[in-house]
Amino acid sequence: MSPVILLRRLLIPALLLFIPAVVPAVAQVPPKGPYVPGQVGSKPPGGTADHGKFEALKQDFKSGPEVTKACLGCHTEASHQVMKTLHWNWDYTNQRTGQRLGKKNVINDFCASVTSNEPRCTSCHAGYGWKDATFDFRKPENVDCLICHDRSATYWKNPTGAGHPLYTPIMRDGQVVTPAPDLGKAAQSVGLPGRENCGACHFYGGGGDGVKHGSLDSSLLAPGKQLDVHMDAKGLNFACTACHVTQKHQWDGSRYDVHARDDKGQPKPGQRRDVATCESCHGLKPHKSWSVTDLRLNAHVDKIACQTCHVPSFARGGVPTKMRWDWSTSGRLRDGKPFQIRDDKGRPIYESIKGDYLLAENVTPEYHWFNGEIIYANAERVFDPAKAPIPINPISGSPDDPKARIWPFKVMTGKQPYDSVQNHFVYLHVFGPTDAAYWRGFNWDKSISAGMAAMGLPWSGKFDFIETKMFWPQTHMVAPKEQAVKCGECHRTDGRLATLAGFYMPGRDSARWVDLIGLSLIGLALAGAVGHATMRLLFGRRKETHS
Amino acid sequence: MTLMRVRVFTRFERFWHWSQAALILALIFTGAGLHGFHRVLKFGDMLTIHVAAALALMLLWIFAIFWHLTTGQWRHYRPTTEGLGQIIRFYSIGIFRGAPHPFRKTWRRKHNPLQALTYLMLKLVLNPLIWVSGLTLLLYDLWRKEPWAAGGLETVATVHTAAAFLMVAFLIMHVYVITTGETVGEQIETMVTGYDRMEIDPAEAEVLKRDGALG
Repeated sequence: MSPVILLRRLLIPALLLFIPAVVPAVAQVPPKGPYVPGQVGSKPPGGTADHGKFEALKQDFKSGPEVTKACLGCHTEASHQVMKTLHWNWDYTNQRTGQRLGKKNVINDFCASVTSNEPRCTSCHAGYGWKDATFDFRKPENVDCLICHDRSATYWKNPTGAGHPLYTPIMRDGQVVTPAPDLGKAAQSVGLPGRENCGACHFYGGGGDGVKHGSLDSSLLAPGKQLDVHMDAKGLNFACTACHVTQKHQWDGSRYDVHARDDKGQPKPGQRRDVATCESCHGLKPHKSWSVTDLRLNAHVDKIACQTCHVPSFARGGVPTKMRWDWSTSGRLRDGKPFQIRDDKGRPIYESIKGDYLLAENVTPEYHWFNGEIIYANAERVFDPAKAPIPINPISGSPDDPKARIWPFKVMTGKQPYDSVQNHFVYLHVFGPTDAAYWRGFNWDKSISAGMAAMGLPWSGKFDFIETKMFWPQTHMVAPKEQAVKCGECHRTDGRLATLAGFYMPGRDSARWVDLIGLSLIGLALAGAVGHATMRLLFGRRKETHS
Repeated sequence: MTLMRVRVFTRFERFWHWSQAALILALIFTGAGLHGFHRVLKFGDMLTIHVAAALALMLLWIFAIFWHLTTGQWRHYRPTTEGLGQIIRFYSIGIFRGAPHPFRKTWRRKHNPLQALTYLMLKLVLNPLIWVSGLTLLLYDLWRKEPWAAGGLETVATVHTAAAFLMVAFLIMHVYVITTGETVGEQIETMVTGYDRMEIDPAEAEVLKRDGALG
């Protein structure tokens, strides 16, 4: 065992109760208002049990695991089901590529990695107490039922609590500044997950509201129809599970292995239900009229993902998303202290602990051929630094690939540390109680050493910063059909697909030599006619009659 | 032989000509837009008009072919080299000297040899080229899953575009030559009213009179 891990194992439990000196933008936030009622999930609303009447839940719960034990008293298999899912393991082996993925293993261009930063990152783990590698993944009461099932709008996880909620309120000068959630109230409120439950983590990925995904942020808690036709709180009011239909706590819709195309379409009763694709509800011929354009659009389904036209732009709900993160400028201090610079709307665009950001709203996606296969440039993959920007999660697909379609992406660029001798990305230790954590010590050598040690990986000891880019497929914020991307936005030379090469598209491509010859021919015909007519006029119209 | 006013273009022929002209103009306009030459209308609307006009034109052609075959009018397009040289000489030299047009329209032969040859090429080469390539594009759904579909689409689209350029060039020359009659508007008038002046022998005149084709 490396000294760093040993140090952390001894120190972190002792220091966990202390709130670190620098707390970045919180991923988990206390709910701000009541949850939107009547959301449509994977099954119709209504049931036969009122959890408020169960004696087992009328307790003064002292901890999360105590609540889970009470849940498991009736829902005997729930924890075992959850334990088989990505929400629990954060560990996933891609069947297509054989690569080991999952939050535990991948590197991104946000905070780079989870491992070694657990108590912070695992505030979004569906469990309690994953503070380091010693966490027991087999203990049923370690599963957090409430984060997904609380419907009282009172439960939330402590951002630095390794998945635990606050158990004692945060006090300042004898006043309660942040109350601890009432676990009994939360336990008695449980129901099927709503957008608030999934959103508590998925809207705040990457360290803040809207930061990571582009089309997932808090504006989807109660969106209007313009923002998302399905989640429209006054309309269809879909919960996430309306599409991400669950079966034994498993569901479809992972970025590690994307359903880039669905040839099966709408299932009949008794057929597959656990598919999140658009086609699984809308079928393979989703445009219903017999108009020329609808017939053509149904043929587009073959090559164009639904999202490409129906998510015309992302970050549309008033919450910006992060488009660039430059770590290389981080670490500047004022009077020895970290600081923030905010834009005119009060949003941080520089933080000493993280570097420079670029935020954007209403962003037009980038488009790429995509067959669903994503490889992650984890530390085992060596790259050529001369080829920067280095794609962190290169996507596969080409016009000739029958599995690929054109998909919309948020392409996030970054500048982040890499091993400049061995030419691979590195795991960063950013959060923790010691100076090895970058957010405390502002020392990359120590941070990278600790991060790599926690993964059990060697590194050369020399680092530099390199330009990166990361692909985020866009699939939420589905606009009303009137606002879908119009034909002419792509079928033109300077349109959305201007740079997508390797295939013929009417309106964008043509054989230039045919155009040249054709236009010359027309020019000649015109010149001939004009010339001929001029000659006729010049020589006079001395017409003789036929007879 | 006397010069008479004879109805040379029947009502169907004139309807065919002018509706075809309108449809082809619409097709050229929207086709140019779809090709990326202009953005006067929305791409989807231009596609709709283009497809609708193409379907209408095909229907019209089916009727026209039927009409040509059943009425025997196809004979007007039989090619001949007899007098072709004279016609070419007229348009390149004689017309500037005020020479008379060497061709005498008759009831049995409406078009001069050059005209007949041009129309024949139009009907046998250019129209089918546009028709077949256009239909192939229209029926893309039937073959889009073939392995050669991507390359095939580009090839067929290129053929369609090339044929369209030829059609535009034809149209320009056609419209120009129309103005070289006795007066600038004379031939257009014929295509509107259906009547033209031509040499008719007494036997023919009898038949035409019976058919109500004399003016």
